[in-house]
Amino acid sequence: MGETLLFYVFSAAAIGTSAMVIGQRNPMYSVLLLVASFGMMSGLYVLLDAPFIAVTQIVVYAGALMVLFLFVVMLLNRPSEDDGDWDVAHPLKRPGMARFGAGLATLLVVQLAWALIRTTRLQDAVNGTSDGSSASVRTIGRVLFQDYTFAFEATSVLILVALVGGVYLANREESR
Amino acid sequence: MLVVIAQIVIILIAFVMLLNVAAIMVWVERKVCALIQQRDGPNRVGPYGLLQPLADIIKLIMKEELRPKSADAILFTLAPIISAVAAFAAFAPVPFGAQTTLFGLLDRPVGLQVADVNVGMLLVFAIASMGVYGIVLAGWASNNKYSLLGALRSSAQMISYELSYGTALAGVVLIAGSLSLREVVDGQAGAWFGVLPKWYLFLQPVGFVIFMIAGIAETNRAPFDFPEAEQELVAGYFTEYSSMRFAIFYMAEYINMATVSAMATTLFLGGWHGPFIPAEYGWIWFLIKVSFLLFFYVWVRWTLPRYRYDQLMQFGWKWLLPLSVINLLVTAAGVLYING
Repeated sequence: MGETLLFYVFSAAAIGTSAMVIGQRNPMYSVLLLVASFGMMSGLYVLLDAPFIAVTQIVVYAGALMVLFLFVVMLLNRPSEDDGDWDVAHPLKRPGMARFGAGLATLLVVQLAWALIRTTRLQDAVNGTSDGSSASVRTIGRVLFQDYTFAFEATSVLILVALVGGVYLANREESR
Repeated sequence: MLVVIAQIVIILIAFVMLLNVAAIMVWVERKVCALIQQRDGPNRVGPYGLLQPLADIIKLIMKEELRPKSADAILFTLAPIISAVAAFAAFAPVPFGAQTTLFGLLDRPVGLQVADVNVGMLLVFAIASMGVYGIVLAGWASNNKYSLLGALRSSAQMISYELSYGTALAGVVLIAGSLSLREVVDGQAGAWFGVLPKWYLFLQPVGFVIFMIAGIAETNRAPFDFPEAEQELVAGYFTEYSSMRFAIFYMAEYINMATVSAMATTLFLGGWHGPFIPAEYGWIWFLIKVSFLLFFYVWVRWTLPRYRYDQLMQFGWKWLLPLSVINLLVTAAGVLYING
């Protein structure tokens, strides 16, 4: 009973804060609402008997990643919405970037729907047949560093490439 | 029912103790500072100036609450609240005593701890890292260049030192084989050869040193107090704060110190375990150890001069982080060798 109630509270808060992230005019508030949304997600993980994932969510997303976001937003001098000069009445006449973004967003929704339909674990979770053991530190470590080692290592190389690229770009700006 | 009441009482005890730590530390800081500088320090209010914190608090409550006109009203109010909440909540998983039945009052024993979480170590780390939001928001919402610079320095410093801090924690996790703080403490019970206590300090001396240094940086204390370096930034992120809002930031800083000291005690100094005192009074050892570490903090602050900001960053990234990674590798190899 209590858990069901908490589930609805956390879900409603997560959806509400996420929706408000897009609705804000001030990017500073958007970042903070996103942090709140991550916190609510973390609450949902606790209800799923996955405290390790819940805490990791806070450490990685709310603690580290969003502080960097905040940094960037703070350093932009006057936080205001970049409303551009597009013709809002004609959605098809929007600039190329906006159309590209809309295309990517649609693709993401399709991918997510496809993944959610295919996965069997979701069914387990809904039916309550999952025993929660799939979320222990040991299991996650096994899966990450044995079953999916290649994907894990490939991701780390990708991030390294991005890092080197960032340093190179920053240095070029400076030497100009 | 009784267990629930006992749990609530324990939570209240922890809360009130943390509040008192802030008050007592204000007096200790002023007194130790005075003694180190060969002065008398506060000696007018009460015996040995012991009531000085009370006088300070009354003064702060009576002061006028100011908010700059161009400040962001919501975030300006929210910032000290976030700082205080993060500081209090971070202490929740720390166990400060053995399981007790409160002198036979309860049927089954309860642990002297607000919340026994099986990922407690990570939880302390996670909540403590949320505290940086309070500082960053305070700096930004004040709409003052000194505040903003202080906030930027603080976030850069905390992100840099969090890595070493986390890696030092990982060494203890490897040896203890658990993320639960209670199990970590239980792993340190007893003594080697009947003399040397089985503290992880002796297995992880490098880890302990890294933890203490990173802890000082995490709590923004001297010699790493750049976010509020008076000579450069007026008062850093809380330049524009006054009255109780200022007091809340001050209190959060001392509570964070207490949490870091309690974590160091739990992870490296055997928690509530110690000789001569029976297990059910273990909290006395815990208090002694935490008090010593808090005194150590004050001692360091009034002995060492502040570093330069670039030195701090270089030290963090070029010395402390590589050292902690090597420490982790050696620990991992050792654990693998012994456990086969």
